[in-house]
Amino acid sequence: MTTTDTGVDSLADVTSSEDRLRRFLLGLPGVDQVGAEARAATLGTRSIKTTAKAYALDLAIQMIDLTTLEGQDTPGKVRALCAKAKRPDPADPTAPQVAAVCVYPDLVATAKFELKGTGINVASVATAFPSGRSSLAIKIQDTKDAVAAGADEVDMVIDRGAFLSGRYGLVFDEIAAIREAAGDAHLKVILETGELVTYDNVRRASWLAMLAGADFIKTSTGKVSPAATLPVTLVMLEAVRDYHEATGLHIGVKPAGGIRTAKDAIKYLVTVNETAGPDWLDPELFRFGASSLLNDLLMQRTKLATGNYPGPDYFTLD
Amino acid sequence: MSRFEYAPAPESRAIVDIKSSYGLFINGAFTEATDGKPFKTVSPASEEVLAEVSEAGPADVDRAVKAARKAYDKVWGPMPGRDRAKYLYRIARLIQERSRELAVLESLDNGKPIRESRDVDLPLVAAHFFYYAGWADKLEYAGAGENPQPLGVAAQVIPWNFPLMMLAWKIAPALAAGNTVVLKPAETTPLTALAFAEICQQADLPPGVVNIITGAGRTGQALVEHEGVDKVAFTGSTAVGRAIAKSVAGTDKKVTLELGGKAANIVFEDAPIDQTVEGIVNGIFFNQGHVCCAGSRLLVQESVYDEVLARLKRRMGTLRVGDPLDKNTDIGAINSAEQLARIRELSQVGEDEGSERWSPECELPTQGFWFPPTVFTGVSQAHRIAREEIFGPVLSVLTFRTPQEAVEKANNTPFGLSAGVWTDKGSRILWMANQLRAGVVWANTFNRFDPTSPFGGYKESGYGREGGRHGLEAYLAH
Repeated sequence: MTTTDTGVDSLADVTSSEDRLRRFLLGLPGVDQVGAEARAATLGTRSIKTTAKAYALDLAIQMIDLTTLEGQDTPGKVRALCAKAKRPDPADPTAPQVAAVCVYPDLVATAKFELKGTGINVASVATAFPSGRSSLAIKIQDTKDAVAAGADEVDMVIDRGAFLSGRYGLVFDEIAAIREAAGDAHLKVILETGELVTYDNVRRASWLAMLAGADFIKTSTGKVSPAATLPVTLVMLEAVRDYHEATGLHIGVKPAGGIRTAKDAIKYLVTVNETAGPDWLDPELFRFGASSLLNDLLMQRTKLATGNYPGPDYFTLD
Repeated sequence: MSRFEYAPAPESRAIVDIKSSYGLFINGAFTEATDGKPFKTVSPASEEVLAEVSEAGPADVDRAVKAARKAYDKVWGPMPGRDRAKYLYRIARLIQERSRELAVLESLDNGKPIRESRDVDLPLVAAHFFYYAGWADKLEYAGAGENPQPLGVAAQVIPWNFPLMMLAWKIAPALAAGNTVVLKPAETTPLTALAFAEICQQADLPPGVVNIITGAGRTGQALVEHEGVDKVAFTGSTAVGRAIAKSVAGTDKKVTLELGGKAANIVFEDAPIDQTVEGIVNGIFFNQGHVCCAGSRLLVQESVYDEVLARLKRRMGTLRVGDPLDKNTDIGAINSAEQLARIRELSQVGEDEGSERWSPECELPTQGFWFPPTVFTGVSQAHRIAREEIFGPVLSVLTFRTPQEAVEKANNTPFGLSAGVWTDKGSRILWMANQLRAGVVWANTFNRFDPTSPFGGYKESGYGREGGRHGLEAYLAH
């Protein structure tokens, strides 16, 4: 295994040829499905109350990549989303801002303009999102367009077909190429775990993405079911923890899709805390790809402060 | 950014109603003890006295056995299985309805974390009654002959580590098979058994079918030695089990004994590492290690020793030790001062014999009985901490080089209750399971229980099986 005495040098070595990369990935310790799911379920029983809950709710808000990825997106919709990102709770200026707004490449400029000077990043999906079924040239161009329009973060998809057929080198090279095309932008690599299916695959894909230069590994596009799940996120958190032990580098994790309630978000934060550790309780290293989650966090936040649940109409739609 | 500190999340005690004193439950009613002295049961987490409990003397034992005999002869024995099943289903449902209350009571009296009493003990207790309720009218299909008959009156003595669960393991199959019972809970944890007596009343169970008498070793001895008893079922220490076996020798009493263990938890180099670490933790720190089948001897293949140890220690650093009623507590209180003294003594022996002792930093409460999760490394087969049952949160780590060596070391113990095997190779799991002399072999998991699965020991871990179809046989004549 890689963690105890494998340094950066020997990890560079594993990517020196497709054969070595393949052996390395297949040599990673297996994940027992029953055990991983049981561990996630146990972490989900933690009871987070009062001060701990207040901390977790505010942290979760600051970790949101507020997302709209629809064919029907318009500049108007994106402007509205940006307004929400800046001031999530119109009734309560103490509610923190979200981490980023996530859109398709053609709407990056709109978002960038709206979020100027706020410290909120603009994230753009790229690389023929969500299927990734296009040529490398187009994926590179897609990425460059997004970055040129001002994207601070690029959320790319991996070629799941190549991964599942064992062409790890191809997946690696593609991530590396996008890494280069993205320049200074933060690169989030979407594994689409709902299509990889097994936890063994999730662990291998996580390592593959990290070795190829990902700043973040992300579960899902949100277009495939199941999207993010707690056990998948647990396995990815174990991967970034082990990668950190091997290299000293911190890689972020972003579960995306399907996280709709504050209660769920808190389960994820507990899992982060007890798996990767407190270092990862930071928007720089953990994000939620979500849209409807934000309102539930705000509602719970108000409940905690005032003792009452405001109705859903007291929170804005987008 | 500040750290994510979990605020206290205590489960409310308001749901339990503990009386200041309890009598004995004989013939369907609580009665005063006639010849014993009352004793106190305390919360091991705070040493607070919870209640005063009666001690049953020989005359009380006699009354209880006679009540059970009468109920067996007149009501329960002749009753059709389908009618017995109705009572068992009713009890199972009442346990589910009152599960939160029973979980809180169990954690208070025993010291185990509420997360475990709520998520493990109580669901299994109800499941056991449901499972055996299903058997009550199908005994002729249990593999115990064409027309299996109950044994009569069962004397049952249970330990303090899983008070209500051990009660369920004993009472459910006995009643399903048509026996009546006199059960004695451990002296440090009588409260849930007494709550179960109330449930029997609530379920309208005919008087005398279940009798609960409280007391310590003397009461237990009087019960198992009573001549009106047809069957003795005991779970507890090997020393007491041996004494019971001697005392019933030469009588026609049937006996099942579920005794101590020193289980090997065997980790191969191809094990799913993160789940294995969870399994090691669950194997030895579940229920503060007060588990007869605890994975107290960790056998790690030398090639992954450093990595497994590093990960295990890191994981142990996240264990939360403290108030059993806090929903976020992973490790609760040691059940009694006596048990704490034994754990301390054997741990000291471990150090004296040259093993290296390690515990994560953790603040222990000042009141009550506490012991931190502890690992001993550099342990060899010859060390006492590798041979004797510590019955606490103390893990001894040994190594092996080949599967054959793992089997030899695992079997090289007077006990044989359980074992664990961690590997990705299916064929090796099957080979190991055939070689290991243990009643239960878990593969890529540990401390998993199910009412359908038989449980019991080899060698000094006892004889007879509880659970499953096999568990019925212990209560049937054929």
